[in-house]
Amino acid sequence: MSTETQAPEQRAIGESRGDRIRRVLTSRVASIVALLIAVLWTVPTAGLFISSLRPEDDIRASGWWTVFTNPTFTLDTYNYVLYSDSQGGGLIRNLVNTVVITIPGVIVPVAFAAMAAYALSWINFRGRNFLYIAIFALQVVPLQMALIPLLSFFSQGLHIGDVTIMPSWELEGVNTIVQVWIAHSIFGLPLAIFLLHNFMRELPGDVMEAARIDGASHSQIFRKVVLPLVTPAIASIAIFQFLWVWNDFLVGRTFGGGEATRPLTAVLGDMAGTWGFGWTRLPAAAFIAIIVPLVVFLLLQRYFVRGLLAGSVKG
Amino acid sequence: MDISDLTARFGLLAVGLVAFAAILLALYGLAELASRRDRSRVVATVFLAPAVIFLLVGLVYPAVRTVVMSVFNGDGTEFVGFDNYAWAVTNPDALRTIVNTALWIIVVPLVSTAIGLVYAVLIDGRRGERTYKALVFLPMGISFVGASIIWKFVYQYTASGEQIGLLNQVRTWFGADPVNWLNTAILNNFLLMVVLVWIEVGFATVVLSAALKGVPTEIIEAARIDGARPAQIFWNVTVPSIRSAIIVVAVTVFIATLKLFDIVRAMTGGHHGTDVLAHNMWDQAFRLGNDGRGATMAVLLFLLVIPVVIYQVRNMRRQELEAR
Repeated sequence: MSTETQAPEQRAIGESRGDRIRRVLTSRVASIVALLIAVLWTVPTAGLFISSLRPEDDIRASGWWTVFTNPTFTLDTYNYVLYSDSQGGGLIRNLVNTVVITIPGVIVPVAFAAMAAYALSWINFRGRNFLYIAIFALQVVPLQMALIPLLSFFSQGLHIGDVTIMPSWELEGVNTIVQVWIAHSIFGLPLAIFLLHNFMRELPGDVMEAARIDGASHSQIFRKVVLPLVTPAIASIAIFQFLWVWNDFLVGRTFGGGEATRPLTAVLGDMAGTWGFGWTRLPAAAFIAIIVPLVVFLLLQRYFVRGLLAGSVKG
Repeated sequence: MDISDLTARFGLLAVGLVAFAAILLALYGLAELASRRDRSRVVATVFLAPAVIFLLVGLVYPAVRTVVMSVFNGDGTEFVGFDNYAWAVTNPDALRTIVNTALWIIVVPLVSTAIGLVYAVLIDGRRGERTYKALVFLPMGISFVGASIIWKFVYQYTASGEQIGLLNQVRTWFGADPVNWLNTAILNNFLLMVVLVWIEVGFATVVLSAALKGVPTEIIEAARIDGARPAQIFWNVTVPSIRSAIIVVAVTVFIATLKLFDIVRAMTGGHHGTDVLAHNMWDQAFRLGNDGRGATMAVLLFLLVIPVVIYQVRNMRRQELEAR
């Protein structure tokens, strides 16, 4: 991404006047189109941000663009949605849920994926290729296919005929969050394994060979050679998974139990869906959910892009 | 928020993390033991076990169950054959859902890839390229729900008085009457698609822009000296050179579009003729309590990705053969 090619305009030599006019014109049009896209992609978010800082009565009465002539700002709405005991408030609880869900929701699948990817790339065993292709194919299976049975697996356990293989988990209250951890770990695995496998396979074979000759075992090679070498890859996959878990609505809403234990995005999604009483508080509530991943995303964009390119250019 | 709420949640987090660390340690111990005896099959099993168990229990088995459930009635007590499928292709609402999904998976990948490509070409080598890219890339960090809320405010409609939604305000500035966008059938589908396109264009731009950097400048220079116009260079040189990247982007966006649930849920709840398969599946199973129909919708969704799975697997095997 860092290699900037020279602008084509600087390299045109010996062109006729007509060519020149045409080139300047297309470059003008190009500038305008590029600028237009950039603006269209930014204004809606800026509008929501401005709205989130306006008094609720103002939001109801006029559009956010009126702040340029009539600037009134307040943090009251943020205060209300986070801490109020009244309806539509107290979202701090759901924000904490999101944090509590996200940490294991990232660590567990990435750790398990790293182990699996190592075995798939550097341990020889029969059926390795088949297993890898199966996991690769699972990436594309819509998680909708798993929702109903997985939820009943948690609530009713697993029975084949009359034989109980796994009893009901009977998770209640805060403990329902465990379901969300497991669901996120499962759904995050295929992509994480695929990406990490791509990175691990690229590691030089001589390094592994040398370590093996020195008497290192597989688990030593994994910990001392492979993991340090793929740390950037793990970082980019962790960012992927972080964004996915933090921003997720479907899994949190389905497995998150009652409203008190659901993550912030799931509560917001329902609030937006009904658009009932208190819609004027949505901009502030939404921004609380948006700001953390946005900051992470901006700061760590380089890693994110690397993972994106590794995953897509090869896949 | 009470302090007990806080301790309950972080207590659970601590217990979970400690348990996970214990599992990891146990696995490493096992692997170490097996390694010392040079049992690479056992080592492979230990390394793969957690992932494979998770995937079998959480994805493969449920997917099979879902297929079975789709030939049973709403509460899974009675075998109904293909009744649910018959319902899906005859019931007007269900049919509407399928048609909408078809629209989505054609329009969104096409438009996202096209805008991403044009934008990537336009900003390539331009001053401030990074800033241009970052601005369009930003929505990728925003959740679908967040994006839906952002756009719901853009589309907002008030019957009388001042308009709060930007789109209707622009209309009234030009003297037109405001429109209740999200309730206007057929059009509202495209307005929902705008939200997903808005998110996916950033992805398309970044991948295609990276691919563009790989196109040798000599080829473009040669075409220019031969008198090719920018449009000709674009279609005859640039696009063919990054063809594989374009396909990858379109396929990735296609899959994301197919699985789309959040935007429909948060913006219209599937009402006013905007439902899609991934959302209707959820609605049937978890809101209306009809597992059979929900499962049927999920299976239809799965049927739509099968061609992609086959294509991807074949692609990968070919690449592996080439690498050998």
